[in-house]
Amino acid sequence: MQGLYPLFTAIPLAAAFFNLLVTKVNKKAADYIAFVVAAALAVMAVRMLFEAPFSYRVGGWPAPYGILLVSDGLSSLMLAVINVVSLLSIVYSFSYMNGYTAKPKYYSLFLLMIAGMNGVVMTGDFFNLFVFLEIASIASYALVGFGTEHEELEASFKYLILGTVASTAILFGIAFLYSMTGTLNMPDLARQLDPVSGTVPFNRALAFVIALFIMGFGLKASTVPFHAWLPDAHPSAPAPISAMLSGVLIKALGIYAIARVMFSVIGPNAMVSSILMFLGALSMVVGVFLAVGQSDFKRMLAYHSISQMGYVTIGLGLGLNPNVPPAIAALGLFGGLYHLVNHATFKSLLFLCSGSFEYRTGTRNRYEMGGLMRKMPVTGTACSIASLSISGVPPFNGFWSKLVIITAFIQAGYYIYGAIAVLVAFMTLLSFIKLQRFVLFGALPKRFAAVKEAPFSMTMPLVVLAILCVALGVLYPFVDKGLIEAARQTLLDKMSYMGFIIGG
Amino acid sequence: MILYFLTLVLFVMGVYCLIAKKNIVKKIIGLVIIDYAINLFIILIGYRRDGVAPILFADMSPAEFARRGVDPLPQALVLTSIVIGLGVLALQVAICLRLYEKYKTFNMSEINRLKG
Repeated sequence: MQGLYPLFTAIPLAAAFFNLLVTKVNKKAADYIAFVVAAALAVMAVRMLFEAPFSYRVGGWPAPYGILLVSDGLSSLMLAVINVVSLLSIVYSFSYMNGYTAKPKYYSLFLLMIAGMNGVVMTGDFFNLFVFLEIASIASYALVGFGTEHEELEASFKYLILGTVASTAILFGIAFLYSMTGTLNMPDLARQLDPVSGTVPFNRALAFVIALFIMGFGLKASTVPFHAWLPDAHPSAPAPISAMLSGVLIKALGIYAIARVMFSVIGPNAMVSSILMFLGALSMVVGVFLAVGQSDFKRMLAYHSISQMGYVTIGLGLGLNPNVPPAIAALGLFGGLYHLVNHATFKSLLFLCSGSFEYRTGTRNRYEMGGLMRKMPVTGTACSIASLSISGVPPFNGFWSKLVIITAFIQAGYYIYGAIAVLVAFMTLLSFIKLQRFVLFGALPKRFAAVKEAPFSMTMPLVVLAILCVALGVLYPFVDKGLIEAARQTLLDKMSYMGFIIGG
Repeated sequence: MILYFLTLVLFVMGVYCLIAKKNIVKKIIGLVIIDYAINLFIILIGYRRDGVAPILFADMSPAEFARRGVDPLPQALVLTSIVIGLGVLALQVAICLRLYEKYKTFNMSEINRLKG
């Protein structure tokens, strides 16, 4: 498996271009190529969960000079999340994307986005991270504007401008870091920046770099002061792309990068910790209050994405705090990572459901819908499971991760943040009860009397994701032992990350 | 030091152009200026006064090379960064033209269908 590691970016990258050539001859082939590639990647990614950590030298160059690919608990967890959700989104696209022209180009952009995200979570080199981040971002800008109507183009342009500013800030930070240390290799940087054994002390320049990274990656993750593009961009994209953007893109480019840089490279730090906790709490509150008033189904979900990503950020912030006992910090980090995985399942499920409703009824306004549970039972059931998950009702998965985060904050003595987390969970519940009342139950409008259940390729991914939502919740003790424990340990164990420089 | 300062001036001009101008073409130009400022900054990191090109010829000792050669890595980074910038610029201009087709204007404050 070690020798095959670079294939996670090589396969989708090659397939994206191959796809365009083949579909010049046969337009039908695009579906099959995308499906085969995504299925192969998903199988490989799930297989990676059982691999021991290793590092791979690209081209055989020794570590501080060549590019390093790193596989540890966090990378394999993110790879599994990205590739499983993208497989389901591609299956969903078979029927859904028939409404759009240029389907082969859509799949090519989709595969480019997968290649970029896989690259971001695999790499151990800062500039390589920037390049993959740009590949994924450029593909996502184009996919947001894929419908080329007024609103889509406007949203895409807004996203493009802010995304480019974010990338510029990240590149500036990387250049600064290189001028301070003379290396771009992340394990090597971790060694040099280590407060005890390192050669570069924590100074103002490093604080500036941290500020640039929080701004850049925070914009990609849309934490609150940088959130303005998300509620426009995510609803404007086609539904499977909304599911990808909200479900995995903001996590792979934003949260994963912040976690990797702050935990593995820079290390626990009280200042960064308090900034992340504050931004997380702000995102939670602002996101949920703006979500309540929205009439557009997908726009409301987009605001909830901001709010739920706040839970992840606040959990990471507590994990970075050197002033609380290590066990409690670890608990906070565990909660954040667990919520990240859970959010990927239920938010992509909700966006896919909204796509199915739109596909059959032609509207996204939730006040115009009603009584759809009787007409579309499979989609309706999946939608209620996802709503219960996101609002934290036991025994679904959202409940456990929120419980862990709140417990960690109460134990750490941050009662205000704990109270905010409880309040936001309550507001989320209210908002989704309202959604259910208007979309699934109530009177069926006359014009929707002929609405049918969505086709099989659109209901199958919903069923799989709904099963995942329930399974991740019910199998909580097993999930703890297996997946997230490994990811948490790699983040807290900075020494072993530095060790990757020798590996090969 | 003066070179770094001039780069900063270029950067700030780009930010001003991005924020203060309403025309979306001018906004794109602002982004390009910011991009160039960052590229110049990266080049300056590797710059060395009276340096030589980073190629190790047979008649030069490695110690002499390490003392006089400029740092080649930032140049490689800048080449990559310029190519990425070109890709982003192409997409920006394409979307900008499509926006003009739909809205018949380049004025950002008239392109405002998304609210809330």
